Amino acid sequence: MIWDVLGKLLHAFLVVGLVLPLMAALMVWAERRVSAFMQDRLGPNRVGPAGLLQPIADVLKFIFKEDVIPGHVNRVMYVLAPLMVFVPALIVFSVVPYARGMAIAPLNIGILLVFAVSSLGVYGITIGGWASNSKYSLYGGVRASAQMISYELALSLSVIPIFLVTGSMNLESVVAWQAQNVWLLLPLFPAFIIFLVSSYAETNRLPFDCPEAETELVAGYHTEYSSMKFAIFFMAEYINMITFSALVVTLFFGGYTLPFLELPAGLWGTVLSGCIFAAKVSFFLFLFLWVRWTLPRFRYDQLMDLGWKVMLPACLVLIVCTAGVRAFIWPG
Amino acid sequence: MGIKVVRRPKLSFTERIYLGPIVKGLRLTIGHFFGTLTDVVLRRKQHERKTATTMQYPEERWDFKDNFRGAPVLVSDQFDRMKCVACQICEFVCPPKAITIWPSEFDESADDVEKGVEKYPERFEIDMLRCIYCGYCEESCPEEAIFLLQEAELVGRTKEEFVFDREKLLAMGGVREDRALKWHNK
Repeated sequence: MIWDVLGKLLHAFLVVGLVLPLMAALMVWAERRVSAFMQDRLGPNRVGPAGLLQPIADVLKFIFKEDVIPGHVNRVMYVLAPLMVFVPALIVFSVVPYARGMAIAPLNIGILLVFAVSSLGVYGITIGGWASNSKYSLYGGVRASAQMISYELALSLSVIPIFLVTGSMNLESVVAWQAQNVWLLLPLFPAFIIFLVSSYAETNRLPFDCPEAETELVAGYHTEYSSMKFAIFFMAEYINMITFSALVVTLFFGGYTLPFLELPAGLWGTVLSGCIFAAKVSFFLFLFLWVRWTLPRFRYDQLMDLGWKVMLPACLVLIVCTAGVRAFIWPG
Repeated sequence: MGIKVVRRPKLSFTERIYLGPIVKGLRLTIGHFFGTLTDVVLRRKQHERKTATTMQYPEERWDFKDNFRGAPVLVSDQFDRMKCVACQICEFVCPPKAITIWPSEFDESADDVEKGVEKYPERFEIDMLRCIYCGYCEESCPEEAIFLLQEAELVGRTKEEFVFDREKLLAMGGVREDRALKWHNK
């Protein structure tokens, strides 16, 4: 019993405490190099081979920077806010089956937990913006909450067709269904598009980075933050990207499976499935970067229009259609 | 009081749902991405690259023209003999007075005396901060003992570091083959 618990804790620590931050650091490097390549530059290529040690240099810089707490802030909330963003970002990943039979918490309500916890992250942003007591931060925080309301709705609704089709909220069984039948991308392509677009808004990435909006709001909600507190906001954004890429892969792209490929039993099968999953996630992480360095930021009212007038009705239509198909044409 | 009518362009369907322009943009950026990636992976030189055309400075440097005049240095001949005979013409011709020479006479027993050389620079200093890279020293040297390198990147922390002495100048100059061998053929 105790070993069981200890093993689970170790598992959680390895994945959430070690792999995710490392991947986030790698993403920062990838972001800078990919953006550079897309702009005909080279990007950071000096520290280590191909600049791979650049994140370490960045982290060292953040650690040794002076941690300024401005005099005009609400100290308690100000200090708490980065953690309120960071912790949900870490928790959400725990339900994702990242290899065969490997998830930190294989819950039956997996995807519900994702939505419940990932929406908590926005509190951190809003509170950080409010506690900073500066107009730019406040704008950023308010925008974050408004944006979250309009997109979280579409995000959650776009997943409902999946459960209508697979009949389960456990991510593991969603993957199993896809391995047996077909990647959900094909029957539910509109849901995939809506989920993808909403996840960009949810992670505050371009083209929906209105809470940050450096051209309008200096740096948005983290204007007043420096040193490690800023770094934690920063890390949370990248971990969120990883989580949502993992979710897209799990929900629409067959998770850790490949069609026409029987995974061998035992350890090798698990490792192979993990590699397949990592490759798929990497593609979607790249897509995050690719989109960021291609599209300009949506104007705030356009963003609201898209959320409420396009994606929400589209989701509802999709749900009704899927339900109809399930009820009359193809009852499972 | 004119009323300015802002014309809103009529958007086509694909433009209204953003998808067409988005795909167009994504295609453009990925093209640049793979262009730069190819340049980096193939380690193309600056003049071969279509992307990232900025010079990567310490690894890549300017190709100077042959007549570029950089730092003046002393050279040795192929027998490892310092060619300078301390005639001091360069010192006199130097417009900013950057060169200072302390000439000295050889001992009777020295090898060079037999060949006819009488003097050598005991100390030879060039103040690189004074030097204007005019090349008069190279032009006027009867022994072809001082040359201007293609080197223009001299670095130091203090003024004193920029006064290069004889050994440093010889080390920078290296060996230049002497075709006339005027002292050896005597």
